[in-house]
Amino acid sequence: MSLILNTQNLSIGYSKKMNKTIVQATLNLELKAGEMVCLIGQNGCGKSTLLRTLAGLQKALSGKVLVQNKELSRIKIHEKAKLLALVLTDRVDIDSATVADIVRMGRQPYCNWWGNLSEADTKMVTDAIAMVHLEHKAECYLNELSDGERQRVMIAKALAQDTPLILLDEPTAHLDLPNRVEIMLLLHKLAHQTGKSVIISTHELDIALQAADRIWLMTSAGVESGVPEDLVLQGHFHDAFQSKAYYFNSANGNFSMNYPMTKQVWVEGDKTRMYWTLRALARAGYMVVQGADVTVEISSDSWFVDKKELKTVEELLLMLEKRV
Amino acid sequence: MLFVTDLAWGSISISFAEIMAVFQGNGDAINQEVLLNFRLPKAITAVLTGAALSVAGLMMQTLFRNALAEPYILGVSAGASLGVALVTMASGFVPAFLINTGWATILAAIIGGAVVLLLVLGVSFRIQSAVSLLIVGIMFGTIAGAVVNVLQNFSDPDSIKLFVMWTFGSLSAVTWTYMQVLLPVILVGLLIAMLLHKRLDVLLLGENYARGLGISVIQTRFIIILATGLLAGGITAFTGPIAFVGVAIPHIARGLFKTSVHRVLIPATMLCGATLLLACDIISQLPTYTLPINTISSLFGAPIILWIILRKK
Repeated sequence: MSLILNTQNLSIGYSKKMNKTIVQATLNLELKAGEMVCLIGQNGCGKSTLLRTLAGLQKALSGKVLVQNKELSRIKIHEKAKLLALVLTDRVDIDSATVADIVRMGRQPYCNWWGNLSEADTKMVTDAIAMVHLEHKAECYLNELSDGERQRVMIAKALAQDTPLILLDEPTAHLDLPNRVEIMLLLHKLAHQTGKSVIISTHELDIALQAADRIWLMTSAGVESGVPEDLVLQGHFHDAFQSKAYYFNSANGNFSMNYPMTKQVWVEGDKTRMYWTLRALARAGYMVVQGADVTVEISSDSWFVDKKELKTVEELLLMLEKRV
Repeated sequence: MLFVTDLAWGSISISFAEIMAVFQGNGDAINQEVLLNFRLPKAITAVLTGAALSVAGLMMQTLFRNALAEPYILGVSAGASLGVALVTMASGFVPAFLINTGWATILAAIIGGAVVLLLVLGVSFRIQSAVSLLIVGIMFGTIAGAVVNVLQNFSDPDSIKLFVMWTFGSLSAVTWTYMQVLLPVILVGLLIAMLLHKRLDVLLLGENYARGLGISVIQTRFIIILATGLLAGGITAFTGPIAFVGVAIPHIARGLFKTSVHRVLIPATMLCGATLLLACDIISQLPTYTLPINTISSLFGAPIILWIILRKK
């Protein structure tokens, strides 16, 4: 597969007069056509800076960004608009603009000053709106849409721009779970169906792990690139997200919190209720130790402590508080 | 229609038939004088003023993505009023041959407005965000306003009155001679605005999105400020500052035409602006004693701004 984007010894950061703040140095990243990459990292490690630099919104401190083997900083601004499209976190709030109005702006780099859209342009706009499933809202005003729908409008605008590369900065922030999953699935499908390359910066680790073809894991030490599962198995996630408060649980790809555990109990019984019981116990500060003084027995519909039946987790915790 | 009404109404009322007669070249001599050399330029000025200030306001609202931005927000009119204040109140500094002509205040206003405009333009290259530019414009305006206050403190009541009369705004000061300057300036300003319509659309998405769509933001900002300077500065120089038209009309146009696409919005705004200012001019002549146009436009404009805020919750 051909390379859409690569970087050569790229250093990113901010320079003010003589002061240079280097956020990340010597980045050598590659992105293939039709690939969806998630850029992951903790807040403040430089995700947005990298994305802005790749988008050409910000100058690189040193090194090069190459889009289709052309150096980004040498591409004219209106040519750049035909190579890469952006979906940003900037809130778009326009009085009396319809969904179609916004998506049509994606065709602007292709039309003359009067802004007339050809039939092909119009079809591109209709298709883009259809791809994000907003056909029924095409003539709705922007302020009548939900946050998830607005985000899809901006994605449709980027699609209408018809570029080989789309960059999205936190496209799922502020959205609820169903919308987050839907947008990630949509982007995944688009990358694979249309052959566009997609770069998404996100902190939704669990969704990124499932949807991304490749992950760029960013830490203060640099960027690790790989297939999500490889990065997990090689322990990169564990290293990247280390903290006193939580740890990356390689077993399920989620974060678990580190509770201070001082009290001991032992638990046995029904497997299906075990998971949730253990969660509640961990939160309340109980360490599960074989041979502890108190034993919790789990049956299919209740809990037993010292032969006393408890109907809810709440009752169980109250009981344990007295006993341990 | 309003244009004709505006011609007909005034301290001498002229019937529709008489207007037609004048235009066909066989009207009464007094009527002809009043119509051709007074009412007609005034009506054209009203149309130009309405269109220019409204479009300038629209461009500012789009550039700053702020519903309450207006053409004077960059300090152009404050600069112009400083120029006029210098001429009317500190006339010792100005060559005497200029003071006796009407051009003195106009030139002073143009120079004052242009100086502030150039300062803002110069700063616009050095500033990334539009919000900072907004603050810079307001600060320049504040400084100019403060200097005017200082001048007023040291002036005699007569020249203060002269200055205050100028700030009331007047459409009737524009004679055919002045029109030869005003008309081209405003037409060029409006033409530039029209040429920018695509870029203005994209600017509504925000500056980063605009860059992503291939627009050079700093260059576009420069042209917008320049066009606004021509429109607002030109009008202010010849008629004095006219309030509220610039901020209120773009909202009326958006409300009536239900669109944010500038290809439609710019002509719509011109139309609404010209119409409203003709109406204001007619109303200002209803009482036997003519009210300043600024008073009327404010009486109209303020309720409209209140309505915008209340509608936005």
